[in-house]
Amino acid sequence: MERERFEPKIIGFFCNWCSYRAADGAGTARIKHSPNVRVVRLMCSGRVDPTFVLKALSLGADGVLIAGCHPGECHYIEQNYKTVRRYEMLKQTLRQFGISERRVRLVWASAAEATQLAAAIDEIVEDVRTLGPLNWQSNLAEPNHLDEVERILHEHAEAMEVAR
Amino acid sequence: MAERIGVYVCHCGSNIAGTVDVEEVTRWAAENLDGVTVAREYRFLCSSLGQAMIAEDIRKHELTRVVVAACSPHLHERTFRRACEMAGLNPFLLQMTNIREHVSWVAKHRDTATEKVKVLVAGAVARVAHHEPLEPTPVAVNPATLVVGGGISGIQAALELADAGYPVYLLEREPSIGGHMAQYDKTFPTLDCAACILTPKMSDVGQHDNITLLTYSELEELSGSIGNFKVRVRKRARYVDEEACTGCGLCIDKCPRKVIDTVFEAGMGYRKAIYTPFPQAVPRIPVIDTKSCIWFERQRCRACEKLCPTDAIDFDQQDEIREIEVGNVILATGWDLFDCRRVPQYGYGRLANVFTSLEFERMCNASGPTGGRVVLRDGVTEPKSVCIVHCVGSRDAHYNKYCSGICCMLSLKLGHLVIEKTDAKVYACYIDMRPNKKDYEEFYQRLLEEGMLFVRGKVAEITDVARTPNEEGMLVVQVEDTLLGKQRRIPVDMVVLMGAIEPRRDARETGLKVGVSCSMAGWYIERHPKLDPIATMTDGVFIAGACQGPKDIPDAVAQGAAAAARVEGMISRGTVLIEPVIATIDEDKCSGCRVCNNLCPFNAIDFIEEEKVSRINAVLCKGCGTCVAACPSAAIAGAHFANNQVEAEIEGLLWDVTGGDGRRAAQPEPEPAATDA
Repeated sequence: MERERFEPKIIGFFCNWCSYRAADGAGTARIKHSPNVRVVRLMCSGRVDPTFVLKALSLGADGVLIAGCHPGECHYIEQNYKTVRRYEMLKQTLRQFGISERRVRLVWASAAEATQLAAAIDEIVEDVRTLGPLNWQSNLAEPNHLDEVERILHEHAEAMEVAR
Repeated sequence: MAERIGVYVCHCGSNIAGTVDVEEVTRWAAENLDGVTVAREYRFLCSSLGQAMIAEDIRKHELTRVVVAACSPHLHERTFRRACEMAGLNPFLLQMTNIREHVSWVAKHRDTATEKVKVLVAGAVARVAHHEPLEPTPVAVNPATLVVGGGISGIQAALELADAGYPVYLLEREPSIGGHMAQYDKTFPTLDCAACILTPKMSDVGQHDNITLLTYSELEELSGSIGNFKVRVRKRARYVDEEACTGCGLCIDKCPRKVIDTVFEAGMGYRKAIYTPFPQAVPRIPVIDTKSCIWFERQRCRACEKLCPTDAIDFDQQDEIREIEVGNVILATGWDLFDCRRVPQYGYGRLANVFTSLEFERMCNASGPTGGRVVLRDGVTEPKSVCIVHCVGSRDAHYNKYCSGICCMLSLKLGHLVIEKTDAKVYACYIDMRPNKKDYEEFYQRLLEEGMLFVRGKVAEITDVARTPNEEGMLVVQVEDTLLGKQRRIPVDMVVLMGAIEPRRDARETGLKVGVSCSMAGWYIERHPKLDPIATMTDGVFIAGACQGPKDIPDAVAQGAAAAARVEGMISRGTVLIEPVIATIDEDKCSGCRVCNNLCPFNAIDFIEEEKVSRINAVLCKGCGTCVAACPSAAIAGAHFANNQVEAEIEGLLWDVTGGDGRRAAQPEPEPAATDA
């Protein structure tokens, strides 16, 4: 039997001034795009705490799209540069978790760039569709944490010389 | 205590209901979402009936929170907040979710659209339960205003505010107000003499009781927030006592040191070491330029001091620092001309008879260096042919991509002046002709009738290397005439370059001082390019004139007046309400690490040394939330965008995975590769 096409669930963190308005603009211009991005409205992309991203992924999102104003055009002058810094560090963390950085994307969209934002949404949706569901709970959460620790200790006993 | 949440789903006629099953969403919300006391759908929630329905429900069902699923909050958040207020519910206990622009208008299928609306509503309901009531802070508005820049735009703003009865400080860097307009001979399309229309306004400014004119002054520092700014101004030493000086000009006459005036005369003429920029200067008090004055150079002369009939010269004068308090600031700092040496193929700076537009203006001006005669650099010979080159540094990927907006009209004006003053043939090499305002097209027609010759082509090169005998000793304009489809070499005596209008070289620096950012091109960023071109993202700071973008005099005047009107409105109300969406630091949790201090672009976070904690100035905070996200101790709470609110929203948005009470829905089978590192 044909398996139903996987529909990624993506949480979007959009800044109130540029990217949210760009999304509004896509609506006004009736630019059809994938419905998979569920938008959280924040005042600035600088408000995006990396723990929000991890929370979204751990609760079942397959991807996260952070959208802000272009560098130099932030409503709060320069806060989107802080977003970039955090995003770079977040990518490191994701890498250590074994999560593809293609799942968490940072894009810039000015209020006039409705078409570009719609295209970016379609792009991340298709990309995450190719990657498949993240399944944080099954893949990353350990139900019996101590068993796993025991197993690692066994496997690496010589290297670690851990007292049991 | 459980919240009592009212959920309202709008049909918006068929805009939403045509694609989304709004009845299904409403039924589903009532049945599945925690805390939902009442759920309704309605054709047009924003209508007065719709709002009244919400208000009545709040009273009847004792609702403590409201969710509206409709159009963009940018349109109607205020409307629904007001509806809540009408019913006695704090307006911040409302959450709107966008199911029109973000869903119904962009969805391809009804079922996916409806499912999406369900999770969006779930997110809003989960979030709104964590909302707190908030109150805006009223702040008194100081009726004084600072206008930075004494060009035509700043002059207009200052006069309007002063005429309305409010005190104005007009700050100008040069020794006189007037700006670039004072340099021009005539203005298009009326060919009014620029000085004749400008100087009455300048006089008004100089004599107005409500205007404090601070010329030869710089803005050093600005602090505070709307209604209450503190400004530090450096009034540079003129070395002339302003009270004693009568403006007789004897000192200027007798000064033995002459230098090239690179500012007002655009390098075309001379001034003395003690000078006023032009005869109609306001104020008429001269300034000693310490870089060219013989006394400052080698302690000789002081002729001006000896000859001044009122003993107004004071070589011991110092810069004066003034601290002023104002309620609002208007930036009207104007523009700088593109440096045409950046286009070497046009030969400016190398070939003598290539002029910039400003140089040419000064030449045409009757009180300019040539007394209004159009002559070559030798100061004597009248040109027999002139070529005006459009778009030098504008509309050009190498320099500035934008169009400077005024050069086509400027070219027509200068062409007209050449035709009026000489018998020369006038060519203009253009890409497009852009006379796009009132009477501009008619002016273009006039020049066509006057015999100005227009060549459609961007000039490739201006050279003095002759190929044929008739090019000897001439400047040759090499251009492709795209209407003829031929390369042309046009020999002329004189070339005038329409250089681009550029932002001031230090615009970014000034912007940083007042909290206004610049776009990539360097113009100040307005609050909204279509609907609010004079306000900025910093409350209480406005922009007017060319510093916002290239524009002509009528537009600069209009913007100056608009900025003044906005400020007048605030002053007459007396108070402004500061948005309560701000951050606050829990000082018990603050560890004093100061990571937040440097993150704030509005300098709203101070570190209190005695207590070793950071504190946010509520009036300065704009609520961006960057510090909230950065705090390692989670000591900073962001009102209305708090961590618990956002996290609840995320959880709600994943309702189809997590379920309403945290149970995990069935997950799809994992793919063979468990992780995708």
